[in-house]
Amino acid sequence: MNRRRAYEDDGDFYGERNKKRRRVSENQEMEERLETLILRVGENSTSSLESNLEGLVSVLESDLGNFRSKILRILSECPIKMPEKCTIYSTMVGLMNAKNYNFGGEFVEYMVKTFKDSLKQCQWDAARYALRFLADLVNCHVISTNSLLQLLDSMVDAANEDNVPQVRRDWYVFAVLSTLPWVGRELYEKKESALENLLVRIEVFLNKRTKKHHNALRVWSVDAPHPQEEYLDCLWAQIRKLRQDNWTEKHIPRPYLAFDSVLCEALQHNIPVIHPPPHQDSFEYPMPWVVYRMFDYTDCPPGPILPGAHSIERFLIEEHLHSIIETHRWERKDCAIHLLYLSYKEKIPLEYCIVEVIFAELFHMPTPRYLEICYGSILIELCKQQPSKMPQVLAQATEILFMRIDSMNTSCFDRFVNWFSYHLSNFQFRWSWDDWDSCLLLENEHPRPKFIQEVLLKCLRFSYHDRFKEMMPEGYAKLIPKPPMPHYKYSMEGAASLPGTATAHKLVVAIRQKCNAEDVLNELNDLPILGDSSETEMTETTFNPLKIDVFVQTLLNLGSKSFSHTFAAISKFHTVFKSLAETEEAQICILHNMFELWVDHQQMMVVIVDKLLKVQIVECSAVATWVFSKEMVGEFTKMYLWEILHLTIKKMNQHVTKLSREMNEAKDKLARTAESSSSESEDEASTNPQRRRKNADGSGEKPTEEQVERMEEKLEAAYVEQKRLFLIIFQRFIMILSEHLVKCDTDGRDYDTDWYRWTIGRLQQVFMMHHEQVQKYSSTLEGLLFTSDLDPHILDVFHQFTALRA
Amino acid sequence: MASQISAVHTPSVALSKYRDQHFKGSRHEQEKLLRLSSTLYIGNLSFYTTEEQIHELFSRCGDVRRIVMGLDKFKKTPCGFCFVEYYARMDAESAMRYINGTRLDDRIVRVDWDAGFVEGRQYGRGKTGGQVRDEYRQDHDLGRGGYGKMVQMGQLGAPTMRD
Repeated sequence: MNRRRAYEDDGDFYGERNKKRRRVSENQEMEERLETLILRVGENSTSSLESNLEGLVSVLESDLGNFRSKILRILSECPIKMPEKCTIYSTMVGLMNAKNYNFGGEFVEYMVKTFKDSLKQCQWDAARYALRFLADLVNCHVISTNSLLQLLDSMVDAANEDNVPQVRRDWYVFAVLSTLPWVGRELYEKKESALENLLVRIEVFLNKRTKKHHNALRVWSVDAPHPQEEYLDCLWAQIRKLRQDNWTEKHIPRPYLAFDSVLCEALQHNIPVIHPPPHQDSFEYPMPWVVYRMFDYTDCPPGPILPGAHSIERFLIEEHLHSIIETHRWERKDCAIHLLYLSYKEKIPLEYCIVEVIFAELFHMPTPRYLEICYGSILIELCKQQPSKMPQVLAQATEILFMRIDSMNTSCFDRFVNWFSYHLSNFQFRWSWDDWDSCLLLENEHPRPKFIQEVLLKCLRFSYHDRFKEMMPEGYAKLIPKPPMPHYKYSMEGAASLPGTATAHKLVVAIRQKCNAEDVLNELNDLPILGDSSETEMTETTFNPLKIDVFVQTLLNLGSKSFSHTFAAISKFHTVFKSLAETEEAQICILHNMFELWVDHQQMMVVIVDKLLKVQIVECSAVATWVFSKEMVGEFTKMYLWEILHLTIKKMNQHVTKLSREMNEAKDKLARTAESSSSESEDEASTNPQRRRKNADGSGEKPTEEQVERMEEKLEAAYVEQKRLFLIIFQRFIMILSEHLVKCDTDGRDYDTDWYRWTIGRLQQVFMMHHEQVQKYSSTLEGLLFTSDLDPHILDVFHQFTALRA
Repeated sequence: MASQISAVHTPSVALSKYRDQHFKGSRHEQEKLLRLSSTLYIGNLSFYTTEEQIHELFSRCGDVRRIVMGLDKFKKTPCGFCFVEYYARMDAESAMRYINGTRLDDRIVRVDWDAGFVEGRQYGRGKTGGQVRDEYRQDHDLGRGGYGKMVQMGQLGAPTMRD
């Protein structure tokens, strides 16, 4: 279809490197073959896993002489990178240990070091998988049960330390619990009382811990039909059930069972005593989460049964699915394939498990791991690859989510709207809207009709207004958005009576004739400052609301054809904007006039505000104040307004992050050049051009102390601005929420209105979406705003937020 | 602004076989730019797809710096392609991974690396003003002006071009 000539595939940089002919030593080739063999073991093969393992083990045995360290490294990395193959690698190590005790000892030492290193480097998943692997090595007679129990006990000791963050302590218990599916049975058979003691210690710990963070992480505020369990609570319940079943666990494949006669002859090693690295302030621990559930076995058609909420299988399956998404998030096709071709897919209602896990990630609080569109596109790919089942399960899930939307938190509500509109846009917007028409009887602010309204607004952005006539049943007319047209009052009926009309018309002519900024300002000078004349004499600013009104509405209307036209207009008359918008009040006036013109085109307003911030016509604080202004009360619960607020906060955050990064880079360079200049002669430095380092601003010289100081000052100023922005926002929230609560109290009304829920939801959303940046100012917020005299409903949101990192 | 090569190079973000014939510079230079680029070429759009629709979809991968609509050289109307520029290369990579091969305005769109927008590149290079592919194609595509130009002008026997 096109004439692009196909060239030889020499374009891919990485491909090039691979294809370059180079001399490889036989050793290097051998190493690579070994690595591949080890990495691939257990994957598609005609022969049985057992014979593959035997074969590979004897190959490795014979190669130990030359490749010992490489083999040690790969065998310790694989169970961490591919945790679902843990038992395959432990079997291999077990077999090698049976033949070669010394190798076994070396390996255990190596693995212990790997585990300790990952703790030191705060690589929590790697550490957990390493611990699990060490535990599984007990099953293969490589490690003694005693020494494993000792290790697990010292992990629980770490959980019982004082004066360390709860998130740290929680992690240590979580790590121990997540080894038990693998090694619980063995410990139960060999060391039952020690295992019981361990569990008692854990139970005591769990009973003492606070779960203030729980509510912040819940997707729905009610527990019916599925409770949103805190992650440790859930795992504990699953382990308790496993224990009730005498630790009989059938899900994990255990190749070592086939080699029991060989392995039980092996001598075991003891793990040296390990002291978990003590807490440091710089250490960051994983945040807690809730276990997201939306299905139970009654939702699934006849067939394989969905394992119960407290079965250990559910935990193992979910962990596996999450890990597949993590590994294959870069390639959606691969991700879908790996999800759909699980080795145990016949035993479970696979599509339900997959859909549940993907929505778990999408709705994860405080924020999803990956881009929302990543999950959306994986779901589309799954529908493509499994067209007979996946679309139906997805439709069922959407139904369930819609039915429960009344109690869904606001952050997740937004994500659901974004996902559903995106998904519909890939499937010609086909949906059984009639099924939902009971929502039309509810108030517009109720979550159900509001969801549909917001979805339609997003669908409008993906398509065009006339599409709705085809799309929606008649009854939905009241929820369909208005056509996204500008409302230019100066050319509408009644314009004659407006004070700015004459100037507006002159401006239109002038701009169409390609006038410049000065000409525009001259035209605007005709406009009087309206209002109290005594006021105008006192103010010295050039803030003239009428000038702003006429200019902004006229210019933006002239550029209304497309985003590009609008941006070009703003760019061309940037100086006019700047001269009119010197104060925050003036900037808010600009925003308000934009709103008057574009009230029916939400997307346009979002991109305009983004642009105005980018070219520094308005400041972040002005946008925040405008969002909470009286004029915007009617828009307050609409999604787009919060889209605007969040993009404003993000811009501020990016600004701070950028300055911080630049300053740190400059500081590093300064420190490094100070070191190197003391250790090299002047001659060397001047004749060796490679010593020149690039500054953050691209200049070729090393930064001076003065420059670094100035960067520090800039960063300090940015922090002040950022803090101020958060203070403005939180203060406004507190004011309007308190007002509402007090008023309801005095009037004897129920405070829990739709408006209240949306507003408190938006407050929580600010905390969650920007938690990393907000937490810098937690103590200021606590001291200035979220004080103990505040209404507990409001204060609670703040406490839940701080509990995330406690 | 320096764009960094992603640390995760997987097939979705690899260069395609297409190279711009009008590029001013060597093949090597073009490829270097493609590997650092945060500009994308979007193809197979309908003539009626708007900047707004493109913006909504591509914003889901990150902040869009600008969109340049591809135009018919003579009519100056959209002719079914555009350029999307991000600030960060990472965001452009996300678009390659998650948007390429999905639908926009009901059509499967193609997302590919572009060496960078230069004035003039927004115009179709086909003889009749649109894209070259619309000169020769023989199918009827309602969103792209119906039949290909050569078919429309009654010039049968137009060579079938592979996409």
